[in-house]
Amino acid sequence: MREITYAEAIREALREEMIKDPNVILIGEDIAAYGGAFKVTDGFLKEFGPERVRDTPISEAAIVGAAIGASLMGLRPVAEIMYMDFLPISLEQICNQAAKMRFMSGGQLTVPIVIRTQYSLGRAHGAQHSQYIPSWLLQVAGVKVALPSTPYDAKGLLKTAMRDGNPVMYIESSLLYRVKGPVPEDEYTVPFGKTDVKREGSHVTVVAISRMVRETIAAAEILKEQGIEAEILDPRTIQPLDIETVVNSVKKTGHIAIAEDDSKTGGVGAEIAASIAERAIDYLDAPIVRIAAPDIPIPFSPTLEQEYMPNKEKIVEAVKSLVK
Amino acid sequence: MVLYKMSTLMEIQSVPSKDYASLGLQKERLVWMLKKMVEIRLFEEKVEELYLMRGLITGPAHLYFGEEAVAVGVMSALDPNDYIISGHRGHGHALAKQIPARLIMAELFGKSTGTCKGLGGSMHVGICLEKNSLFASAIVGSGIPIASGVGLALKHKKSDCVVAVFFGDGAANTGAFHEGINLAAIWKLPVIFVCENNKYAIGMKVENAVATNSIAARATAYGIHGISVEGNDPVAVHKATKEAIETARSGGGPTLIECRTYRQKGHGVYDKAPYRPKEEVEEWLKKDPIVNFEKKLTTSGMVSEKEVEKIRGEILSEIEDAVKFAQESSILPFQELEKLVYS
Repeated sequence: MREITYAEAIREALREEMIKDPNVILIGEDIAAYGGAFKVTDGFLKEFGPERVRDTPISEAAIVGAAIGASLMGLRPVAEIMYMDFLPISLEQICNQAAKMRFMSGGQLTVPIVIRTQYSLGRAHGAQHSQYIPSWLLQVAGVKVALPSTPYDAKGLLKTAMRDGNPVMYIESSLLYRVKGPVPEDEYTVPFGKTDVKREGSHVTVVAISRMVRETIAAAEILKEQGIEAEILDPRTIQPLDIETVVNSVKKTGHIAIAEDDSKTGGVGAEIAASIAERAIDYLDAPIVRIAAPDIPIPFSPTLEQEYMPNKEKIVEAVKSLVK
Repeated sequence: MVLYKMSTLMEIQSVPSKDYASLGLQKERLVWMLKKMVEIRLFEEKVEELYLMRGLITGPAHLYFGEEAVAVGVMSALDPNDYIISGHRGHGHALAKQIPARLIMAELFGKSTGTCKGLGGSMHVGICLEKNSLFASAIVGSGIPIASGVGLALKHKKSDCVVAVFFGDGAANTGAFHEGINLAAIWKLPVIFVCENNKYAIGMKVENAVATNSIAARATAYGIHGISVEGNDPVAVHKATKEAIETARSGGGPTLIECRTYRQKGHGVYDKAPYRPKEEVEEWLKKDPIVNFEKKLTTSGMVSEKEVEKIRGEILSEIEDAVKFAQESSILPFQELEKLVYS
């Protein structure tokens, strides 16, 4: 199968859906003339024109607000928030407006929007251009959240997001943009709410999200040499979250570690850990372990940032302490 | 160098009844306007009674006493196919957009027959797709960028329709106001921004929240048209809205209309508003939009006092029917709620 990068996969999904559905429009900062801060939409302005690919002023609340309004009228906007750190500026529109519209209108309204954003942890961008806060969205019923970890999932999940009838947060990891992986040329989608078993193993279940999936796969190779077989699960969407697959895996392995880029306190891993405690605590032979970021703002100094970040070494260490 | 060359700032005062015909307003339309204003007033009186005396409605209820001319003036100029976005003080917008009183009252009662099946409440009663009453945000200012998005879709679809969004003087100080209007301005979207300057944001006097004496003047900073209008005269508001519609339909983009009006009562039904000077309240009560409009129509012979009485009687029984309908309606079963989160 051909291999393309994560960024190319996102680009293909956007382009194919735009060709297929004239109601899809893109709005965001520097997505048209500049081609996107990460060049994902480079050339789109020329191909689709300024009516469908709209540069906006630096107005995150209005980017999401306008996407919502346009979606109420039957368009399918894909809004881009350049850095996840800027998401809080638009959070009012996401949490109070988009998420609740269907419910509080008694089912009259639907808000088919996708909000693409990315986190730049690991690129020495400092505390205000690196943050990763997906768990914030878990407290808001009405928003779906997708976190692709491979080019294959990036394309398939984005297509599903663009065809979904609900607000979808689609969170990219900028460290993955240049990572290549197999992506079929034929049409396919990846369903929401279906945990992907990336590797089978009998000793420990490791749930990994977004960038941490790659780190965990690398860690599993090291662990294998030491006689530990890790089963790696990637939920791919955290809302909806397929916890069933995780529970079944834990019943088999008796151990669980969760690897994520979130701050440890109140992260997505905390929710997964709580669900496992509720559903499978009797199957656990050891406490649940989380490999997450410390509860401090992200330091700029590249050396300190590397120390801050969860990585394969930290996963190996944590899993070894778990499966003694 | 010419500053703000794209924009104009216009002032529209109260319109004398002799000019009604020149605005294309005939008897039938004028009587409809009076009727709607009376309906809103009597509806709000009933809500107040149900809330304070009978305890049948709970939760916040922001009443529209004194501002009836704004909703009715705007809606009298819009086509039924045009869209609106309302806010937390939205009972009047909903009634003026022809949403039946029954559905609105049932929503206030939290019943399954309400506009939002009882899941929205007072601050969202104006959500009714059938009437192109798209949405009502209870977060002050947040409806503004959403309206720009509706305008974007209308432009994208090359529609002749416009969207009007209602908000108060308090909303004019939010970031959403700035971002939303600027977006509509640069893209020349068919949006009418209707600021109901009722002088208070809860207890905050507009003079203490805005350093100039004009919200409409902000339009010039966005390069769009601004109109400051006598908000207690429905015909003046009608005229301002017609101007805005014409601008929008001819591709001239959005207009910011500041309707100078007054919140005759407190912020919510529970608020006695002791923070307002007595003289100020008395002064504005003399400018009551319904009393004055009714006087204009009766003295010019367009409607008789007898007809007005008849209208009142009809509306009162319509409202009683709405209350009965709401009381007799059922509440949505709790297990239905989960199905309404995602489509």
